[in-house]
Amino acid sequence: MSNDDHLVRFVDIQKSYDGESLVVKNLNLDVATGEFLTMLGPSGSGKTTCLMMLAGFEPATHGEIYLKENPINRVPPHKRGIGMVFQNYALFPHMTVAENLAFPLEVRHIDKSEREQRVKRALDMVQLGAFGDRRPAQLSGGQAQRVAVARSLVFDPDLVLMDEPLGALDKNLREQMQYEIKHIHENLGLTVVYVTHDQSEALTMSNRIAVFDDGIIQQCAPPEVLYEQPENAFCANFIGENNRLLGKVVADEGDNVKVEIDGDAGTVVAKKVNVGGVGERSTLSLRPERVTVDPDPGSLPNVFSGKAEELIYLGDHIRTRFTVCGHDDFIVKIPNSAVHAHLKEGDTVNIGWNAEDCRALDPSD
Amino acid sequence: MSAAPETVSGPLITADGIPLKESLQKSLRRSKIRAALLVAPPLLFLIFLFVIPIGNMLTRSVDDKLINQVLPNTFEAFESWDKVSEPDETMFAAIYQDLKAADKTDIGKASVRMNYAKPGWRSLVKRTARKIKKMEPPYKEAFLKADDRWTDNEYWLSLGIMKDKRTMGYYLNAVDRTYDFDKNVVHVDENRKVYNLLWWRTIQVSIIVTLACLLLAYPVAYLLATLPMRIANLLMICVLMPFWTSLLVRIVAWMIMLQQNGVVNDTLVAAGVLSDENRLAMMYNFNGTVIVMTQILLPFMILPIFSVMKTIPPSYMKAAQNLGATPTLAFIRVYMPQTIPGIGAGCILVFIVAIGYYITPELVGGKDGRLIGNMVAYHMQRSLNWGLAAAMGTILLIVILIFYWIYDKIIGIDNMKMG
Repeated sequence: MSNDDHLVRFVDIQKSYDGESLVVKNLNLDVATGEFLTMLGPSGSGKTTCLMMLAGFEPATHGEIYLKENPINRVPPHKRGIGMVFQNYALFPHMTVAENLAFPLEVRHIDKSEREQRVKRALDMVQLGAFGDRRPAQLSGGQAQRVAVARSLVFDPDLVLMDEPLGALDKNLREQMQYEIKHIHENLGLTVVYVTHDQSEALTMSNRIAVFDDGIIQQCAPPEVLYEQPENAFCANFIGENNRLLGKVVADEGDNVKVEIDGDAGTVVAKKVNVGGVGERSTLSLRPERVTVDPDPGSLPNVFSGKAEELIYLGDHIRTRFTVCGHDDFIVKIPNSAVHAHLKEGDTVNIGWNAEDCRALDPSD
Repeated sequence: MSAAPETVSGPLITADGIPLKESLQKSLRRSKIRAALLVAPPLLFLIFLFVIPIGNMLTRSVDDKLINQVLPNTFEAFESWDKVSEPDETMFAAIYQDLKAADKTDIGKASVRMNYAKPGWRSLVKRTARKIKKMEPPYKEAFLKADDRWTDNEYWLSLGIMKDKRTMGYYLNAVDRTYDFDKNVVHVDENRKVYNLLWWRTIQVSIIVTLACLLLAYPVAYLLATLPMRIANLLMICVLMPFWTSLLVRIVAWMIMLQQNGVVNDTLVAAGVLSDENRLAMMYNFNGTVIVMTQILLPFMILPIFSVMKTIPPSYMKAAQNLGATPTLAFIRVYMPQTIPGIGAGCILVFIVAIGYYITPELVGGKDGRLIGNMVAYHMQRSLNWGLAAAMGTILLIVILIFYWIYDKIIGIDNMKMG
């Protein structure tokens, strides 16, 4: 594969703060030009450290980062020309919005008339044309956020980094901003590296998501692939809602495996994804919306009886908690249709699922 | 729905018929009383131990009542005098009456006051007063017999300066000016000028000390705010250590350091930087005052700046660099402007303390390191010219208020952060 369309490449990056433990373990990641890549992971997974290494604020302990095929380990932050939106925006409080935006242009010695033009264009882009004279303290959270985005773009960088930029906003505003950032990305053809711990944010905005855990990229794939085809138990669990069944592989049938659920609770036919041979332990992953209640006999390979413990009415679907195969936290999303309206708490019904919807993954703890 | 609410018009009332405003006040009364009780002790303390004594002191700077009470007849006779001819019998009779009626201590105080207007008055009055009991008319003759200076019109003319119950004389004295006998403001004799030089030097020292403190404090505060907690705490202890040491001990320690045969000079001579006969004079002069005051006032600068720096998140510096500024430029354009509230607070604090400083210049200032504060102390304790001391104190207060006002105009007082 040629590297021509790769704006950023992390090659064998390792990072340690204390010389005793690695925060980032052997990271290899390419970011294509024009891509919106999200680093997603729980706190302490190393995603922000990767972003800081890319921005130049943290040196890599080992390995090399390439920007447009140039190694940048020794390039100081102010010479990298990378835009960045900080977690709390970091808008300079002693400058007006316009002065904040003009700052990167000023230090690049761009003359005044062009500076004003570009500041105005950037402010218009985020619909804050009239706010140039305000101080950051006079802005609402959403406005400050937009100014921060505008400031990171005003000097036309090829690459923009965003470090949990929406974390401080309330839910509605956050969703609105997700779309706005996504549109800006599409309209300007930017390359964005975005860090978040919010999976729905990652799914909404990204071309590709790199799931971080414990300093390692667990999986790096487009949102739909990540959701539909998680490669390991961590990803399956971290992205979206997921039912986990633990057991031991008892038979290998090529594409599928048979897994005996712990406690002699039955044997499940599952798609073989990331599992050892017969006798190895495995975690089965099954999305709640892929489970059928009361299936036609013989239509599905896996049918078990389950006891409805709890029903939560959510409008478009009914979230039902079953006890199945000895697990009392088995969630099923039942579409809100007349067929299933009769289900009540305490009822015992058959539930079943397809073999390919149930993925046999690595044994997690 | 039940009946429509009856409070469509008129004041709102609560369920039991009491107007809403009244019930609200009632419910707030307890907390108001509690607040008042909490405030009362410090407020009373301030009024009785600060506002009243200071106010009293300040009124002394313009007060000239005593002399008018002691010599009422004399001033009456003075009004009808033509100010040219030799004083006549009526004037001598008037002053005789006054001196005879007044009690001895009042005469003493009045004569001190009169001596400020015309040197010599004190001994003249004293000598005359001793013989006042035996005097018989004609009084002019008797007075002249007691002391022949009574023919000198200047003494009589000087009464004109004192005839009002309020005087600006002390303020004029404090800036090396005085009244002539026609109550015109004139400079004092060249060889008696002292205060203007001292005012100028006081302001000079205060500004130099403030700037020196700022220069020294800024890096220290930056380290305190940015170093890892453990090291920063250690450094903080070093900064606060002087606070836990007696002021006198510190000044004496500086004396050991700075004197002719002190540690600094010895070291410089030993290192060959200075020859033995060219030892630096760092004490009992201007330098001594500046050096020691800078050290003593340094924490007052460090702490406010530190407390402001502590609140500046490191992300600003990162953002500035990310936007293309070199670390130096980022520091100057983004970090420093945000520390201005701390710089302002520190400067005004150090300046105000420095301008009224007294103990350090007294001990290490020598002759040309002495400040106006030392003169205030001198007039309070030695010469007992409280009027002049009060006038100087008032001028100090006004100077501070002027600087405060300038500060407010330039930076804004709301912008100040004391920590």
